[in-house]
Amino acid sequence: MRLEPRSEVSPVRFILAPVAAVIASLLLCSGLILWSGASVFEAYWMMLTGSIGSSFALAETLSRATPLIFTGLAAAVAFRARFWNIGAEGQLYAGSLMVTFLGTGEINIHEGLLPPILFMGSFAAGSLWLFLPSLIKIRFQVDEVVTTLLLNFVMLLLVSLLLEGPLKDPMGLGWPQAAPVLESAELPRLVQGLRVHAGLIIAVILALLIWQLQIRTTLGFEMRAVGLSRNASQFAGMRVGNILLITALISGGLAGLAGYSEVAGLKGNLTLDLSPGFGYTGIVVAMLAQLHPLGVIGSAFFVACIFVGADAMSRSVGVPNYIADVVVATSLLCMLVSMLQVKYRIRWKS
Amino acid sequence: MDWFEILWTTSFWVAAVRIATPLIFGTLGELVCERAGVLNLGIEGIMTLGAMTGWMSVYMGADLWTGVILAAMVGSLLGALHSMLTVSLGLSQHVTGIGITLLASSLSYYIYRLVLPEVTSPPRIEAFTNYPIPLLSEIPWIGEALFNQSPLTYLAFILVIVVGLVLYRTPLGLAVRTTGENPSAVEAQGMNVIGIRTGAVMFGSALMAIAGAFLTMSAFNAFFFNMVNGRGWICIALVVFASWHPGKALFGALLFAAFDAYQMRLQQVIGSAIPYQVFLMLPYLLSIVALILISRRVAIPQALMIPYRKGER
Amino acid sequence: MPGPHLPFLKFPPVVPEVLSLKNIHKQFGNLHANHDISLSLKRGEVLALLGENGAGKTTLMNILFGHYVADSGEIEVSGKILPKGSPKASIDAGLGMVHQHFTLADNLSVLDNIILGTQPLWNFRLQRREASDRILDLGSRFGLDVDPNARIAELSVGERQRVEILKALYRKARILILDEPTAVLTPQESRTLFKTLRQLLEEGLSIIFISHKLAEVLEVSDRIAVLRDGKLVMEVEVSKASENMLAEAMVGRSFKMPIRKEVPAGESLLDFDKVSVLSPHRLPVLEQVSFSVHAREVVGLAGISGNGQRVLADLISGLQSPTSGQVSLYGQPLKRFHPREMLRQGVGRIPEDRHGFGVVGDLNLAENVISEVYKNPDYSKMGFLNLKNRQQFADKVVQEFDVRGVKNHAPVRLLSGGNMQKLILGRVLLQNPKLILAHQPARGLDIGAASFVYERLLEAKMQGCGILLISEDLEELLRLSDRVLVIHRGKIKEAGKAGSLSTTNLGLLMAGRQADAS
Repeated sequence: MRLEPRSEVSPVRFILAPVAAVIASLLLCSGLILWSGASVFEAYWMMLTGSIGSSFALAETLSRATPLIFTGLAAAVAFRARFWNIGAEGQLYAGSLMVTFLGTGEINIHEGLLPPILFMGSFAAGSLWLFLPSLIKIRFQVDEVVTTLLLNFVMLLLVSLLLEGPLKDPMGLGWPQAAPVLESAELPRLVQGLRVHAGLIIAVILALLIWQLQIRTTLGFEMRAVGLSRNASQFAGMRVGNILLITALISGGLAGLAGYSEVAGLKGNLTLDLSPGFGYTGIVVAMLAQLHPLGVIGSAFFVACIFVGADAMSRSVGVPNYIADVVVATSLLCMLVSMLQVKYRIRWKS
Repeated sequence: MDWFEILWTTSFWVAAVRIATPLIFGTLGELVCERAGVLNLGIEGIMTLGAMTGWMSVYMGADLWTGVILAAMVGSLLGALHSMLTVSLGLSQHVTGIGITLLASSLSYYIYRLVLPEVTSPPRIEAFTNYPIPLLSEIPWIGEALFNQSPLTYLAFILVIVVGLVLYRTPLGLAVRTTGENPSAVEAQGMNVIGIRTGAVMFGSALMAIAGAFLTMSAFNAFFFNMVNGRGWICIALVVFASWHPGKALFGALLFAAFDAYQMRLQQVIGSAIPYQVFLMLPYLLSIVALILISRRVAIPQALMIPYRKGER
Repeated sequence: MPGPHLPFLKFPPVVPEVLSLKNIHKQFGNLHANHDISLSLKRGEVLALLGENGAGKTTLMNILFGHYVADSGEIEVSGKILPKGSPKASIDAGLGMVHQHFTLADNLSVLDNIILGTQPLWNFRLQRREASDRILDLGSRFGLDVDPNARIAELSVGERQRVEILKALYRKARILILDEPTAVLTPQESRTLFKTLRQLLEEGLSIIFISHKLAEVLEVSDRIAVLRDGKLVMEVEVSKASENMLAEAMVGRSFKMPIRKEVPAGESLLDFDKVSVLSPHRLPVLEQVSFSVHAREVVGLAGISGNGQRVLADLISGLQSPTSGQVSLYGQPLKRFHPREMLRQGVGRIPEDRHGFGVVGDLNLAENVISEVYKNPDYSKMGFLNLKNRQQFADKVVQEFDVRGVKNHAPVRLLSGGNMQKLILGRVLLQNPKLILAHQPARGLDIGAASFVYERLLEAKMQGCGILLISEDLEELLRLSDRVLVIHRGKIKEAGKAGSLSTTNLGLLMAGRQADAS
């Protein structure tokens, strides 16, 4: 079997790739649904109606998609530069820690200034948490996959430590959770009575900004060149170390913003289970979007549909809602194969 | 007891060897994959699925060793999947590995939930009991630690020796090592690079699954969520620390486990002065430090992470 | 009958043709890589296979060794049909290949590299002792001495080639195929290789010698076959062949290389004054190097790769800074070493590795063309790219430098080697550099593309540039340079003006010995 590079990248194939991956993954997972005794058609139908079948469901899906856009962008930006940031989970919590620290009234900040300060603070916190692994990678060539991963575990322990100690909510009846953020810090709901909030708007705007950054600016050009060939970029005069660092900081910051969005927009306060793996799911979101910032919006929505739909599905037909994680993971693997078809033609004989 | 006396207690060393066992299996497994040139980031997920499979088999009535074998088979199937994507199709080893971890973990939880939908506390099985080796286990101090352990621990020790011998003294081992250094050299001899890499990854993944099975069938006797808790990633760091040598992998795993066992006992001695989370963080931080220290001096297999495309020179 | 299990025979056996290819045909999509090729190799002869890149030599060899399967045609080794598509069958039939890019594992020993695949995969033990003895025996018999326990990474290029040859001999090869073997050797080492080949011939082996060096081919072979565009266009006895005849057959038309003109050199552009560089392990890579390059001259640097050229090129490219000594540009000492700084100072660089360092393969043509100038005010303002000007510059490069095969927005890695090099050349020359570093500028290019590159470089020189040409190809060096320097083990010596040099003297200097005064 041989792979022949295609001379042209057809936009049709580019768009179809994620669609094919998703369909393949739904087909593959239908076996698991059968195993649980439910009817495949009924289960997937429940998934569809449970995610977009009513305004309530749609709002739930959108609010679930919001952190995924942030972490998806974080992964997309990093992976474009071949910087494997798997630490979005920890960076998200770093951002939420900063929001808790600055936004619950412990520190006196003018209420008009609070939202922008929380925005910048959580971005900075996320960046900072990725700073150490980036530095280690650039100076010592230590693979960033393992370092960012290990730091996720460290961050979760740190959050647990703080929630049981200094950040513990005195009104929280003893549960390890932080105090709620001030009203002036909250991201407003977009529709009365539904959970979709302003974080979604911020996420979409950021996606658009990143898209423009990548195609129109010198920094975007540098980030792409460095991601594709460090050697050639350096030879051409680019400061590769700096560019990688900037890429990493943007990526970490975006993940930190996910924490801001979840705490100030959805949950209201920081708890240990704030993120059911948004950081890791963001990777799948980014790959389904083929690392394109606008695509991230779409794939985040789709992945959110799977999760919200699976919750509804599990309530009505008894399929464990972990099916969502399986579908999402399978989509990632199918997407990798799909992407191969976009760039190469597979020849079966040599 | 003060912080120094901990080191002299037998129970400390017994715990260290027990804690080291999954690390030995996992590090050996990853080492074999990487020696053939494939970075297998699916280790965390494969360990989880191995843990669930082994436990579930026994829960459903199989005997312990059958459970271990089933876990190993499941592991090697995942290895085959990984290899099909990264070796045959040449996809990114990083992303594929993460995908396999996500897939294997989520499958574990899904299947567990499917079989046991309404449990509040995880059910238990009859786990492996320690088997004291006659005579050897009576040696004071190290006798208890090394020779009164679970049969799986003995298997781990044996595998260290077997993998070392195969890698360095057999034609098969030479082929595997060369595949990780220069696949063209292997191809030029008419040997099948894809076949060798696939075989290595499947074998390594089987070992990783046994690492997970040890957790649910020997160290503990139930399957918890987040059971593996980052041990897979620590094994990846340990492989670098061991310079891809089985003997050093054993040493590294024991050293690391000793440190882990130590901090657990230290917690009891120091008490509530330092929050327990700090102690739990130390293994992860230590792995990062180890990576930094070692990274500069090692000779990594030259073809690691480079996909081999036939005919491309 | 010769076969894998008999010792080397000294008298001619029954079948005169030891290898015979009949009507080999191989197509990849629309490309006819091999078109109806029929060749034969007689016992004890050296057949040279000549051809440009893309002529079909590599495909033919891959078919011979079972990596590809021919669409039609037969191969016979000593009268027996060779099974298709099996490297193992080819090796068992006595075919041995010495690759141009060595297939060796650097971190393993010579012994391990040689015995790979020779013992059954499922054996319990590697028989190292017997193998080692056999290697030492073969080594002394053919003058190919190596230490079986040495690590490949520690060996010189010439020694590594010996290991490659031993690999084939260890497997009892009767037909040895050498792919561009002298590309990495000094003239003296090439002589040694030819002596070895003659010994092999006496032992009854037959040899196919793939090369593009016409002079060498005429010296060493008995018969010459020329491939062009997948077809066999000429087969001739060496006594009846000449360089011109062969060059024309390779290219398909009558052909002239550009000729250099002597002009008086101008002011000094680049000055190295006792520059030394230490490796990360504190070993000297460049030692007290002093030389200069002036305007309107081409200074050629000869030397076997691995003697410090790469570090020297990195210094001038701005990728590295010296440990001691001073580098001056246009009379001013250089304080900062960074590619950006070099570009600012008007230094144009053509890198040795065009795929890895010269272009970003997955970016398109326009993006690669501005990769060095995108920060100039013409191409970006306040961080925003000027896409229109970028396209204009790209069009200019394509037009003036005859870059072909370009599709809009297609990744540049799809270009052929020659067109990619023309892109790089255009990008460099259109910036009007004062000093040019050309590192193996024509490597891997066919004669047409190489000639284009030479012409443009000579043109640049006439317009006032100073050029430092680093090359392993002595013919190229002597064709283009006004003055020649030689680098050996990090030290540089003047060899003299190009007109008065002999390849023998050059070869001696390249090997680190004193040149003959005569």
